[in-house]
Amino acid sequence: MSHAHAGSHAASVETQPDVYTNPVWRYLVHAATIVDLELRKLRRDPSELIMRAVQPALWLLVFGQAFGRLRAVPTGGVPYLAFLTPGILAQSVTFISIFYGIAIIWERDMGILQKYLATPMRRSALVLGKQLGASTRAISQAVVILVLSWLVGVRLHVGWNVIAVLILVILGAAFFAGMSMVLAALLKTRERMMGIGQVITMPLFFSSNALYPISIMPAWLKVVATINPMTYLVDGLRGLLLGTGTHAVWADALILAFAGTLMLALASYLFPRRLAG
Amino acid sequence: MSQGDHPPMSDSVVVEGLSKRFGAYQAVDDVSFRTQAGECFGLLGPNGAGKSTTIKMLATLLRPDAGRALVAGFDVVAEPQRVRSAIGYVPQMLSVNSALTGYENLVICARLQGLRPRARKVRIDEVITMLGLEDAAHRLVRTYSGGMVRRLEIGQAILHRPKVLFLDEPTVGLDPVARQSVWEHIERLRRDYGMTVFLTTHYMEEAESLCSRIAIMSRGRVAALGTLAELRDRVGNPEATLNEIFVHFAGQFQHEGGLRDVSRTRRIARRLG
Ligand SMILES: Nc1ncnc2c1ncn2[C@@H]1O[C@H](COP(=O)(O)OP(=O)(O)OP(=O)(O)O)[C@@H](O)[C@H]1O
Ligand SMILES: [Mg+2]
Repeated sequence: MSHAHAGSHAASVETQPDVYTNPVWRYLVHAATIVDLELRKLRRDPSELIMRAVQPALWLLVFGQAFGRLRAVPTGGVPYLAFLTPGILAQSVTFISIFYGIAIIWERDMGILQKYLATPMRRSALVLGKQLGASTRAISQAVVILVLSWLVGVRLHVGWNVIAVLILVILGAAFFAGMSMVLAALLKTRERMMGIGQVITMPLFFSSNALYPISIMPAWLKVVATINPMTYLVDGLRGLLLGTGTHAVWADALILAFAGTLMLALASYLFPRRLAG
Repeated sequence: MSQGDHPPMSDSVVVEGLSKRFGAYQAVDDVSFRTQAGECFGLLGPNGAGKSTTIKMLATLLRPDAGRALVAGFDVVAEPQRVRSAIGYVPQMLSVNSALTGYENLVICARLQGLRPRARKVRIDEVITMLGLEDAAHRLVRTYSGGMVRRLEIGQAILHRPKVLFLDEPTVGLDPVARQSVWEHIERLRRDYGMTVFLTTHYMEEAESLCSRIAIMSRGRVAALGTLAELRDRVGNPEATLNEIFVHFAGQFQHEGGLRDVSRTRRIARRLG
């Protein structure tokens, strides 16, 4: 079976072979390499992260402050600004991840994607690496927003639960980045991805529990909110940071992990077929 | 995957009846050829002839609609993973991460090719020396000249010492000096490592000086195949230049879908500065 590899290994029988032989380890190295690549790009040009912090800051400072005065939203006994913070956190995780598909198409147009796909890396290792790359960006956003909210006077439960918050952020970003890559594989062009990005981000946001609880929604919107994964991200974050989630945090995490895995499988299937050429 | 299916290792690429269509357009149409291990094989043809599409099928990026292809003894459809371990691929477009240094680009590729840390370091240093990138290795690729980018790309593709190296227009947009230097490196790889080099080009002198055998593609088909001497025989003129041979076999067709190809070439030229 491995007759073709015999030659390259023969020279180093006593020492370690030059290439990884354990497939699981190799898979992890590949996924980690893609994450590393994303981190290196980010470190060279962190301006994107700074610009991306502007919008959530406006939501908290302007919308949150003004809307909170109305006391129109039943927040379960917490100030509206505190109620809003997990919603804005989830929103920014979603938005940062959803534009990942555009980056992938850009890499395809540049030929970078094809070059990587011609290496022995498993397709799903590439997708997983990209998903976790989105997660690292999202984590840096989360930190910014948590600090910002503290500065404007929001007092959240912050302690060891921050680790759980970050895990939720990682799962949420991985899901939305995966979804975005599935869309990229289906749509194939940057222009269409830009369009769909505009079209779906706001509805995702407004049809979730980010701004108001599900309980005040009309029946049809309740249905949409229930199948909107952003709802589970917000709910989990509220549970951790305010103690007012409607589901158990582990259930929210499980749903996000399941949805993210589904996107991983779907993207790994679609990618090489639709974007490799 | 019985042993009998595998050709003798002297044929590094075996293509039989390979076809690919995009929508209604038959980009590659029943193509067959073989390359010998350690030779430099040139694929020529006008814009849109199907050269890149053929290479992408051999590099396991596109799935053929029909036919069969073996690369380094492995079937591109049945054993893509093994093919990928045995090849290096440099796409037609310049495809490096310009926000990273040359060294970082090499590290990423070495890891994806599965090299362990120690071997990785040795091979990267070797490639940097071989391609004359010592001074530039730790600079951002953004600051590289077109020729340096191309050399870096070739370096990325040979870290794992592939058996077959696919180069899609390796010198497009380069000045004569840079082109000459890329040629020398390609020739060295072939000679020192016994790699099969499979390249496409629009430069006749490139094919003439590098390739032992040449295939001329036109409208998705192989119009002619052989050594330069054999091709001269076929046109019936022992003095014929490769240019004349090219026009003889590919010149009678005007390619229809040219805009996409021309704009792509322009884009490459622009990116090369
Ligand atoms: N992904 C694709 N979808 C649709 N058509 C495609 C695709 N890729 C290539 N084609 C078409 O297939 C034909 C062959 O393209 P290919 O890139 O293989 O040509 P080529 O010989 O490499 O040309 P060039 O010298 O310009 O690089 C062209 O008409 C091209 O427009
Ligand atoms: Mg081409």
